[in-house]
Amino acid sequence: MQITTPQFKENATRAIQDASLQKALKNVETGFIAKRLAATDALPEFDALRDNARDIKNHTLAHLDLYLEEYEKKVTASGGHVHFAETAEEARAIILDICRKRNAKSVTKGKSMITEEIGLNDFFEKNGIQPVETDLGEYIIQLRGETPSHIIAPAVHLNKDQIESDFRRVHTHLPAGRDLSEHEALLNEARQVLRKRYFEADVGVTGANFLIAETGSSVIVTNEGNGDLTQTLGKCHVVVASIEKVVPTLNDCAQILRLLARSATGQDMSVYTTFSTGPKRAEDPDGPEEYHVVLLDNGRTAMLGTEFQEMLRCIRGACMNHCPVYHAVGGHAYGAVYPGPMGAVLTPSLSGIEVGGNLPNASTFCGRCESVCPMRIPLPKMMRHWREREFEKHLQPTAARYGLKVWAFFAKRPKLYRAAVSVAMPLLSALGGSKRRIHSLPLAGGWTRHREMPAPEGKTFLQAWAERQATGAGR
Amino acid sequence: MSARDNILSKVRRSLGAAGDDPQRRATVKTRIADAAPGLIPARGQLPSEERVKLFCYYAEKYGATTARIASIEGLPGEVSRYLKSRNLPASVRMGSDPLLAAAHFESEPVLTVLTGASDGNDLAGVSHAQAGVAESGTLVLASGPDNPVTINFLPEHHIVAVKAEDIGGSLEEAFARVTATYGKGEMPRTVNFVTGPSRSGDIEQKIIMGAHGPRALHIVIVD
Repeated sequence: MQITTPQFKENATRAIQDASLQKALKNVETGFIAKRLAATDALPEFDALRDNARDIKNHTLAHLDLYLEEYEKKVTASGGHVHFAETAEEARAIILDICRKRNAKSVTKGKSMITEEIGLNDFFEKNGIQPVETDLGEYIIQLRGETPSHIIAPAVHLNKDQIESDFRRVHTHLPAGRDLSEHEALLNEARQVLRKRYFEADVGVTGANFLIAETGSSVIVTNEGNGDLTQTLGKCHVVVASIEKVVPTLNDCAQILRLLARSATGQDMSVYTTFSTGPKRAEDPDGPEEYHVVLLDNGRTAMLGTEFQEMLRCIRGACMNHCPVYHAVGGHAYGAVYPGPMGAVLTPSLSGIEVGGNLPNASTFCGRCESVCPMRIPLPKMMRHWREREFEKHLQPTAARYGLKVWAFFAKRPKLYRAAVSVAMPLLSALGGSKRRIHSLPLAGGWTRHREMPAPEGKTFLQAWAERQATGAGR
Repeated sequence: MSARDNILSKVRRSLGAAGDDPQRRATVKTRIADAAPGLIPARGQLPSEERVKLFCYYAEKYGATTARIASIEGLPGEVSRYLKSRNLPASVRMGSDPLLAAAHFESEPVLTVLTGASDGNDLAGVSHAQAGVAESGTLVLASGPDNPVTINFLPEHHIVAVKAEDIGGSLEEAFARVTATYGKGEMPRTVNFVTGPSRSGDIEQKIIMGAHGPRALHIVIVD
């Protein structure tokens, strides 16, 4: 995909002014959060499972080379093929080669973020192969020539009417007077159109939520069943997965499965959790004749052994659903494959700090992402690491660097700091007037242009602290 | 060096580990050989009758309907009743699974039974689930010569028979059943864990049944 992360600020401004996007984003804020809470409240062991899941992934990452070897052995033993790809380009070439050998003209696709990461659809089209997205949300955005704005609800930025007009524009073989005013009618139409595509496809491509070293299975978790039709009706099933998706055993997978759907959609289990192992067996009446797994690195090995290693525990769960920045600007503003807090950490890791360095700044550090992360990934801490690196590399705007230096000068000199504050605070307080709001402030125009700044009230923290110590309160 | 060797050696370098370290290899081998279960929630460890009740509760919560029959011979009658109640033609697609064969569908002469994989033209399919998972109302369907995967996804209505005794408490129990049938570390081509009928929330977060898979799931529990 076209990475527009360096223009995050412009993207965000446009998103905030987009009324239709803002309406659609309300669905994220109200829908996902309440559903997750209900599901996790109903499982008293949820937090203990999060601890286990964290430990399982930490163990796996510490032995990742060996688990990949074990996994590869089992896939091969079950009649499948494993391909390793260091870069997106290598992965695309491997997949194209598989398709060419089968003379493929049409490829169905289950929903997968990793094929977005490697830009597979564009590559297919350039090489004369028709990619067909089969997940409803992915299908809709493919018709619009867009990228997903959310990892599990790719079309969450759209309203029903927009989708209706896309269907009318593209499905010209259907009667013009048909009623598409209801959600059901839109879904039925997509179902009907895509049914044919599954049967026509030569190859079915899916991602993987997990790879199991014990059995050589790939696992997909879906609600629609499109990933299953994709892999069952295509004559050849190609799984694209990044190397950190491996877990040791089925039982380890069970621990994490209990977290995944609850965190992401608030279901106890997603409708379909499918374990695929090798191609169809000799006597099987259906299923793919070939089974390939493409294991992608694309920057992950460089995260191992660094302060970003823990990010490789990510199972793509809940963070963006709970992120106030995501709620405000949506997924496209991030300008890269993975939006939200996970994207703010992953994008600089995978695409470089020069490209993704400003995303970790798009955080209020409210900590909600870490508090809901099923894998207990310390996302704010990692964003802070990226900010430090950005500062060290002199990538921030001059004004920000200068401002930070001024602040640091005072912060390192407590007496001077207190003296400055004792002058500044009453001044700011007076500026607030009777409404206690500041409408404009020199050097802070970027803030006050869009909102008022609350005027400081009462004592400073240090004054309050000193009084508290003196009276012995809180001891 | 191949991409494979590059990736594996990069992993080792990043971790500061040696690939031939016998200690690490032993740790991994043991972990896979033991495949120890982790934490199983209390609701996944109920006695048998409560387990079946919990299974039904969650299956229904996720949009399935349930029925219970005293023996497998009751299945053809239950299938007929279901089709009639939904105004569906008296025709089903099914595999040659031994449990379904033991149901003797010929006892229900009005019912047309088509065998083998589905070609997408069947309105109703019947399957046998090898296991159930009470903690989430989930069915476990394994593919094989007698159990086509297409029946799980293509028909509009999916009717699934599961023996009450095969409904376990947890995901771990379901995996243990699969392992008992196919061997440790072995799996059939496809194992589908199914919780309710197919759905999508992709348009404005509104959940609608029948996205690409079945619009309805009817579970028949066999005593």
